[in-house]
Amino acid sequence: MSLEVIGLKKTYYNSDKKRSNVHVLQDVNFKVKDGQFISIIGPSGCGKTTLLKIIAGLEDSTEGKVFLNGEELTTSREQIGLVFQEYALFSWRTTLRNIEFGLEIKGVKKKERRFAALEYIKKFGLSGFEHKYPRELSGGMRQRVAIARTLINNPQVLLMDEPFGSLDSQTRNSLQEFLLKIWRKRDETVLFVTHNVDEAVFLSDQIIVMSERPSGIMKVLDVPCPRPRDRTSRICNQIRKNVLKYVIHDRWLNPHSKIPFVAPF
Amino acid sequence: MKSVRRCIAPLSLIIGWECLSSYEIIPRYKLPSPVEVVVGFKYILLIGMPPGFHLHNHLIYSLYRVFIGYTAAAAIAIPLGIFMGWSTQLRELMDPIVEMVRPIPPLAWIPIAILWFGIGIKSAAFIIFLGVFFPILLNTISGVCSIDPILIEAARTLNAKTRDIFLKVLIPAAVPSIFVGMRIGVGIGWMTLVAAEFTGVKTGYGLGYMIMVARDVQRPAEILAGMAVIGSVGIFINKGFRFVEAKIVKWE
Repeated sequence: MSLEVIGLKKTYYNSDKKRSNVHVLQDVNFKVKDGQFISIIGPSGCGKTTLLKIIAGLEDSTEGKVFLNGEELTTSREQIGLVFQEYALFSWRTTLRNIEFGLEIKGVKKKERRFAALEYIKKFGLSGFEHKYPRELSGGMRQRVAIARTLINNPQVLLMDEPFGSLDSQTRNSLQEFLLKIWRKRDETVLFVTHNVDEAVFLSDQIIVMSERPSGIMKVLDVPCPRPRDRTSRICNQIRKNVLKYVIHDRWLNPHSKIPFVAPF
Repeated sequence: MKSVRRCIAPLSLIIGWECLSSYEIIPRYKLPSPVEVVVGFKYILLIGMPPGFHLHNHLIYSLYRVFIGYTAAAAIAIPLGIFMGWSTQLRELMDPIVEMVRPIPPLAWIPIAILWFGIGIKSAAFIIFLGVFFPILLNTISGVCSIDPILIEAARTLNAKTRDIFLKVLIPAAVPSIFVGMRIGVGIGWMTLVAAEFTGVKTGYGLGYMIMVARDVQRPAEILAGMAVIGSVGIFINKGFRFVEAKIVKWE
């Protein structure tokens, strides 16, 4: 399942004449191979979320196309799942009923979808919390529920928008390991937005570095670390150093940067 | 300990009141003593006001009027509120009417209600309808409007169609604030009822009517007893609503 993005542009037009239109994405092109784990990293406000929303079909692009397995994605985005930073769980539904939401929409019978949801609950370490509401769960658990809710639909591409951004670092580390464990068994293509270089290096096969607004792709870096990875191994550190060269936000302050400065506006 | 502390103020108020009454500092024909109010309560309970018209029948009639007006208001306000919250066009269309009618106190409708429906259950129910309608409508609209857009996006990425989003996301998300509207509405409805019965009932039953009769025959103890009943029933209804709310809205 390859995902390809060609010539994607996004401009927010301002109806207020005094203010200019905001060019968020400018000519974004990339191709993701089947079953790869890709991180997208870039300065805040660079349109990473917008990019994911366009791929997920939640927003229209101003220009450009998204292809999945060579076919252009139009309105139907059933093959694509999205996990949000803020979990976006349905507060009135228990863990079980949140996870089975997608199957309920599909019209799967109650008994079957309950069975499937319980499988996920077991696999995701949520046993005992089936009938709890989201407010009764910890942040890490909520995000596991949200991931299960998305994966139960068996998407071909899993988009994740800073999914661990609001978790403390310990929970974050354990969820990263958890995510890798799940992913290695399933082989979905993952597009993972983050602003955390360590996270990107630990998780991904490839890292896409985006430039400041109007954003394009500044650099695509391979992460040739063998899996399972050790966060503190020399090769990981080296890659981290390399990635950091590209993401130091204020390039004026970075004497090692060989990247030409591009005016952000 | 907390409940003991909560009793101190009302108890001392009643004791102080009783003392002031027994030393004739408060004239009895204006404010009867607590003991006299209890006697008055016994009177409306056992003999009736006017005699033969017992308290429980007054209560049943009042509750019946509120029930009719309230049910009609909720049955219209909740669906209308959901659609007005959902559709910006409908909201823009209806909003001027709502804003025009809403500030008119329900009691100001009494004369025209009597003209339209005559004196009786219909006009009383109509007044209650008006009192209940707007709190429910406005709370329902705001419940639907204030839904976090990310929940709708999440539902869409889970392949929900518009219909699913409406039924499975919007409505459940609005339930807590619909309940708030229903609870505020019933309180206002109950208050409106008593006033509606002052003028909207000529003979027969109703708590408001009962205390007006007591005034006509110069029985302040029975008036106060009637007021106490109205207040207690109000508290009871509110408690009942909170109970149901807590049973249904378990997630908040």
